[in-house]
This record gives sequence, C-alpha cells and structure tokens, in this order.
Amino acid sequence: MKGAIFISLVILLSGGCSNLEPWVEPYQRANLADPIMRFSRHPVSDAYVHHVYQAREAARGAMGVVGGGCGCN
Amino acid sequence: MFKTGLTFDRAAMALLLFSAGLDAAQLPEDRADVMYHFYDGGGVEIDGPSILARKQIGNSASVSANYYVDMVTSASIDVVTTASGYAEQRTEKSIGVDYINGKTTLAASYTNSEESDFSANSAHFTISQDFFGDLSTLTIGYSRGWDDIGKSTDAEFSENADRQHYRLGLSQIVSKNWVVTGNLETISDEGLLNSPYRQVRYLSGEPRGYSFEDERYPNTRTSTAISVQSLYYLQHRAAVRNLYRYFSDDWDITAHTLELEYIYPVSEGWVYDIRYRYYRQNKAGFYSDLFASENAQNFLARDKELSTFTSHTIGFGLSYDLLRDGWKAIDRGSINFHFDYVFFDYDDFRDIRGSINSANPGLAGNESLYSFEASIFRVFYSIWF
Repeated sequence: MKGAIFISLVILLSGGCSNLEPWVEPYQRANLADPIMRFSRHPVSDAYVHHVYQAREAARGAMGVVGGGCGCN
Repeated sequence: MFKTGLTFDRAAMALLLFSAGLDAAQLPEDRADVMYHFYDGGGVEIDGPSILARKQIGNSASVSANYYVDMVTSASIDVVTTASGYAEQRTEKSIGVDYINGKTTLAASYTNSEESDFSANSAHFTISQDFFGDLSTLTIGYSRGWDDIGKSTDAEFSENADRQHYRLGLSQIVSKNWVVTGNLETISDEGLLNSPYRQVRYLSGEPRGYSFEDERYPNTRTSTAISVQSLYYLQHRAAVRNLYRYFSDDWDITAHTLELEYIYPVSEGWVYDIRYRYYRQNKAGFYSDLFASENAQNFLARDKELSTFTSHTIGFGLSYDLLRDGWKAIDRGSINFHFDYVFFDYDDFRDIRGSINSANPGLAGNESLYSFEASIFRVFYSIWF
C-alpha cells in the first residue's frame, strides 16, 4: 500500500515537470469558493468532536486536525 | 434573488482567487468563535466553553488563540467498578501563528493542557505549498508533545510520556466541483502510556471469581494512519463530504473510519447538514477482558478503548447567518447548533457491574457485553471581521 501511495504522489507531483496545464482555471472556481465547500467549516466545533472521538478510540491521526494531548486515557 | 446574489458573491471570491492566488497563498480569515460543548454518555458528563480568535497582523501573518475547558463528572463503568465517581476540570490553551510568503504558508502553534494529575504540552509546525496553478497544496507537518503524569492518590507518583507526529498531506482540485485531500500521519509515543488508575481483572479464588491488578502497557507505541477525504459540489447548491481512514499500530490494532456528510443551504441564511460516521477497531494484542491468572503476561490491558468495538454516529447541524450585511467591524456572523448521537458496542469488553459484588464465580467472563450511547452537543456563535 505504501508503495502505491508513493507512486501516486510521484505521478501527481510530476505534473510540474511536464507540459500538463492546470485544467481548472481560476475563473472556473466559483463553486469551490462557496462557503459550504470547506473541509472544516467550523474549526472550533470540529476540533472538539475530534477530541471526543480520539479520547474514546484507539485510532488517531490523519484527520486534518492538529491538536494537543490530554490526560484522556 | 437569493441565487443571483450568491452567484455574484462566489464569482467575486473566484475573481479574488484569480487575482491573488496566482501570486500568494491565503491567510485564514479573521474570526472569533464562542462555543458551549456538552457530552453525556457512559456515566460521564463533560461540558464547558471553547473560545477561538484569529486576527491578521500586517499582510503576511495571522495569529490565533484558543481557550478550552472540560468540566468532567465521571461515573464511567471503569470508575464505578474499581474506584469511585469524581469531578475534574481540564483547561487547554493554545496560541498559533501563520505566515505566508508567496505560495508558501508556515504555521506554528503551542498547546498546554492542565488538570490536577496530568499536564500536556505540545508544539506543532506545518509547511504548506501551493503549486500547479494552485490546484494542488502539499503539506508537511511535525508535532512534539511532552506529558507529565501524576496520580491523585500518590503524591510521589511522577511519570512522563513523549510524543512525535509526522504528517504529510496533499489537497487536489480535481474538477471545478470536486476537491480531494489525502493525509498520512505517523505517531510515535514513548513513556508511561497507560492510565495509572485503570486495572485489569484475572481469574482467582475470590467469591466473585476474579481479582484486580494494575494494567501494564508497553512503553512505546508507533502508529500510522492514512485517510482520503472528498468534497463534491452539487449543482442545486449542496455539498457531499466523504472520508475514509485506515489505522494500524504496533499494538496490533487496526481501525476503519468512514464519514458521510451532506451540506445543504435550505433558504436565505440557513444551512443544515446531516452526517453519519462508522468506526470499527479490533483489540490490542495484550488486551483481555479477563486474564487467566495474575501477571498472566508481560503487558496487560482491559481498557475498552483498546478492545474490539464498533460505533455508529448520526448527527445534524443547523447554521443561521446573522449580520449578513455586516455591522461596524463585523463582516458577518452565524449562530450554529450541532448534535451527534453515538452508539458504542463492544465485542470483548464486559459489563462487570452485575458480578463485581456477587458471590457467584460462574458469572466471571459471562457478563453481558458492554454498550452505551452518548450525546454530543455544541452551540456556538461565529463572527468574521
């Protein structure tokens, strides 16, 4: 799996080394600029819910949230 | 009229991205959020405030601060079976700074968490780089944590634990309606990683059939998690968010997380979202609900968070835009209400409240499997300025 991920990243990043042009022009990004198109529309609420789950589950990380520790073990 | 106005706003934002995004990354918006949170589940009640503020300084920097409190009243199954109920307060404070230079964003933050028997400090660093016509953003991050662990029943008890996080992320605009992000995070811990209070049980000659001893974890743990998240815009002005995360560690735990969310503005100023979350993990290699004997193995755990369990969450959120035309220094504001209901079902953690005071050793290991539901509630006000 790690090899497939690495290869995928290389393929994606190598776009800068080829003649591939951005396929979504800035003037086509109106929908992407909509406030509902945010992975985290409510950072204070999202950080709190992330903490609730992390304190009750063994899994951690890779949720796009950077946070501190606590004595919640 | 609503759609026309909104189309103008989004076109203006896109124009802003066109004019600014080609030359520079974007700082986070100036904002302030004041939230009340409340959790009730499994005999535990936790509530308190969370206050977040962010302000741009000059043209290239933004500073942020967060103040968060957990006021805990705990009578959880672990507490009532091996100790007694308690009340506690945890206070967490964070400060952070973001700095942009061209298409590069540097972010640093520091967090301190304090409670009567635990002190946690952590520092976080992130570098983000936009490239490929701002269609792609690469993020690299590192975090370091230092925990000081005490014990309320032993003034001489003093242990510590250190943590290191390594993060890699890539956000990619796939089409004019679709954004995908991938995240990889490796976490390494070292030190006292178990609770100084929690105990495991083992078969014994006691009338109830079992006795207790302190849990004992390895003093290191390394885990890796990888996630893919997608956000897709629907033409009737709604959005669908999907997330999948795979987790594994060297304690033999693997876990799967799946999140689905639908975000829909229903009318002028109102936005609602509905969501579902699925979580499944298997137990740690040294976990057992009931060990065969005292000191049965090198490492011992009976923490339900390391057991095999499944959780399902359903939730909804409502947001209403206030001050859409602004007021003095405030550009806009919103009031928000979010609620989630979680079902926890454990496959190999038993509810011993029925056997702990019994004189029937036959109950040991045959108690019903534990489950509980939890309510997670938050109401908050957000302003942008």
